[in-house]
Amino acid sequence: MQIDLRTVTIKPLRQTFDHVAAKIGGDKPATRYQEGTIGLQAENNFHYRPLWAPEYEIFDKRRTDLKMKDWYAFKDPRQFYYGSYTINRARMQEAAAAEFEFAEERDLGRSYPAAAKRRAIDVLLPLRHVAWGSNMNNSFCAAYGYGTAITQPCLYQAMDQLGIAQYLTRIGLLLDQPEVLDTAKQAWMESADWQPLRHAVEDMLVTQDWFELFMAQNFVLDGLLFPLIYQRVADSLAAEAGLVLSMLTRFQVDWYAETSKWVDASVKTAVAESSDNQALVSDWTRQWLERSRAALAPVAKLGLGAGSEAALSEVLTQFKARAARLGVTI
Amino acid sequence: MDDLKAAKKLGLKERYALMTRGLGWDTSYQPMDKVFPYDKFEGIKIHDWSKWEDPFRMTMDAYWKYQAEKERKLYAIIDAFAQNNGHLTLTDARYINTLKLFITGISPLEYMAHRGFAHVGRQLRGVGPRVACLMQSLDEIRHVQTQVHSMSNYNKYYNGFHAFTHMIERVWYLSVPRSFFDDAITAGPFEFMIAIGFSFEYVLTNLLFVPFISGAAYNGDMGAMTFGFSAQSDEARHMTLGLECIKFMLEQDPDNLPIVQRWIDKWTWRGTRVLTLVGMMMDYMLPKRVMSWKEAWEIYFEQNGGALFNDLARYGIKVPDCIGQATVDKEHISHQAWATFYQYGAAADFHTWMPKPDEMDWLSQKYPNTFDKYYRPRFEYWAEQHKQGKRFYNNTLPMLCQVCQIPMLFTEPSDPTQICYRESDYKGEKYHTCSDGCKSIFDHEPEKYVQAWLPVHQIYQGNCFPADADPSKPGFEPLPEVLKYYHLNNGRDNLDYEGSEDQKNFTAWRDLATKN
Repeated sequence: MQIDLRTVTIKPLRQTFDHVAAKIGGDKPATRYQEGTIGLQAENNFHYRPLWAPEYEIFDKRRTDLKMKDWYAFKDPRQFYYGSYTINRARMQEAAAAEFEFAEERDLGRSYPAAAKRRAIDVLLPLRHVAWGSNMNNSFCAAYGYGTAITQPCLYQAMDQLGIAQYLTRIGLLLDQPEVLDTAKQAWMESADWQPLRHAVEDMLVTQDWFELFMAQNFVLDGLLFPLIYQRVADSLAAEAGLVLSMLTRFQVDWYAETSKWVDASVKTAVAESSDNQALVSDWTRQWLERSRAALAPVAKLGLGAGSEAALSEVLTQFKARAARLGVTI
Repeated sequence: MDDLKAAKKLGLKERYALMTRGLGWDTSYQPMDKVFPYDKFEGIKIHDWSKWEDPFRMTMDAYWKYQAEKERKLYAIIDAFAQNNGHLTLTDARYINTLKLFITGISPLEYMAHRGFAHVGRQLRGVGPRVACLMQSLDEIRHVQTQVHSMSNYNKYYNGFHAFTHMIERVWYLSVPRSFFDDAITAGPFEFMIAIGFSFEYVLTNLLFVPFISGAAYNGDMGAMTFGFSAQSDEARHMTLGLECIKFMLEQDPDNLPIVQRWIDKWTWRGTRVLTLVGMMMDYMLPKRVMSWKEAWEIYFEQNGGALFNDLARYGIKVPDCIGQATVDKEHISHQAWATFYQYGAAADFHTWMPKPDEMDWLSQKYPNTFDKYYRPRFEYWAEQHKQGKRFYNNTLPMLCQVCQIPMLFTEPSDPTQICYRESDYKGEKYHTCSDGCKSIFDHEPEKYVQAWLPVHQIYQGNCFPADADPSKPGFEPLPEVLKYYHLNNGRDNLDYEGSEDQKNFTAWRDLATKN
């Protein structure tokens, strides 16, 4: 049956769902981010305890020491729901694909100067595993965190880090033979330069407080690693051997700038909630900052040689200023 | 897949392996059993995770690209449907009640699938299955959101949608789908994969989605139809994951077979019971019907599922025993369920009604062995009562099955005039189940099922009233207080479709849009 409708305006009975209205200050038009996020996680009347963690409910606020009156106080400034997330990432991958295509067509890997190539391979390729560790840590937060407002972007972050590990893999395949990835993995497993970082990452993999893990991975470790590698080391490689590596790591640079806004907003919200939270978040930050700084020192040296200490200390200074701006005491 | 076409030296499979399982490593600063603490306790033996065959090979950049393209198209249609008052092109506003059932009963399960696959995607030791599970976790949040977004516009104009997250945690019949997923996610990761990845996504998914999506298409709901079609390519990936998972478990060790078989038996029955709601929707709630529940069961379970079990026979997997009962039940359950919802129509968030005479004739034709004999007389009596102004509402509360949580409404497989009850003793208490299938599930894990939050028990215990209610006050009326606790607007969300606000508004708005 085909019905031709005239254009008429009918008055809606309500603008949004009750649970959304309750969080946005009344019944008014809500965004897709809000309707696709607020209140989606179950909070009451769970039927059974997990066999694998009977001390907890399926979703349980006690899985972190952080306390929030309202877990939907967390907001993603990017307003990512699945649709906006994938459309945004599709645009970023299109830009990255163009860079890889350009480099592959002109075989820029082969003509890339040997010393710079060695250095790029040594520093970048073991980072595949660090990105994979972050995938695991962020999927942990997505699984065991509380409230869709924070768990949803954690899953996006996990998948982004898988994407980053895959871009790094492609850099390896572009610069050299596939075996180079095995060599890098061996370095990750055995080389003294990588052991402090691997140790720190493995300790994160068994960290049970998901918000501590969020801080350790997304705020602290990435807060040092991304500026160090994708700015400092990339600039140094560019000075020596041209912009090829800067082109091929463009995704990471853009990604870090964008995701930092979400990480900062989350840290700020957690800290502003209470002085207990402020102290807790500050403790976690201090603890993982020392750990991450020490773990990154030999990596910085691999990437920057003599200038590494100064570079790392500048990165650290910037990080401390960022932390202070968010209300974290270091 | 863009990035893969550049592979000159490497095959697709090798290249994908470098992009996924090549990323993992065996930890040594922390023991692997501490990093992956949950993948051994169920007794499933995995000797070699590298034998996992990736069911699909999609890198993240390809995933973003294809999924974004689908999202752009889907939201363009959702927007157009909303802007043009597409809801007024529906066959009949009774149809909207199927969407209420969907958003309260199914969409929250999509969310649970998202979290469940994030959990399994963190916990399985093999990198290959982890990546596949995480992609499914991501797809599942897509599904809950596209469903909420396409029904958002209905919520603006119709009742019963407004509190779906609140209701799934409380309303009596919603504990059926809720407890199903709570059961799966609280099981170990391998059982979750059999429960959701295999039994639900592979064996039963067509019985859920084909009826809803075709129902939407037949009844003029462009919005719901589009999210359904758009989800299909995701579902195809989920099905291959479920199948790979079961094959992998069975190929790894012969000791896995009895464990897997028991899970298949359990989850096929659990899923079949949940699908009672779909059967009722198909036979009673769609103004323009697609096919009967019985026909759908025969095509999607007996034929397609039969072929699947034939395939799995080489591993020693048998068709679950409960199928015998399901084969008898297919001629009854939709009628029994609708009769129950009709009686308890005061406590549901959607409208109920008796089928019109031509609709009863359709049911007679589709159910020649049962409808006229067992159900038509009761339905005609209720219709007659309603005509006389005595619409029947049942004011007592039904007993629920301890496992599937459906009210005791099913009949004995051997006698459709006798309600089926089964009883088990556990630690000095009696527990009731609706069938041999549910009793066997209970008896195997009583310590789990005694935890169930049974809505009727909870009401009788006084746990389902608003905080300010005082049951000891003279003249206290429990039902209106329970409805308040449910956030169910008495007189607007519930009761008969005839005379409802939805019915009046739809008629008035459609007149406005079609007449000059």
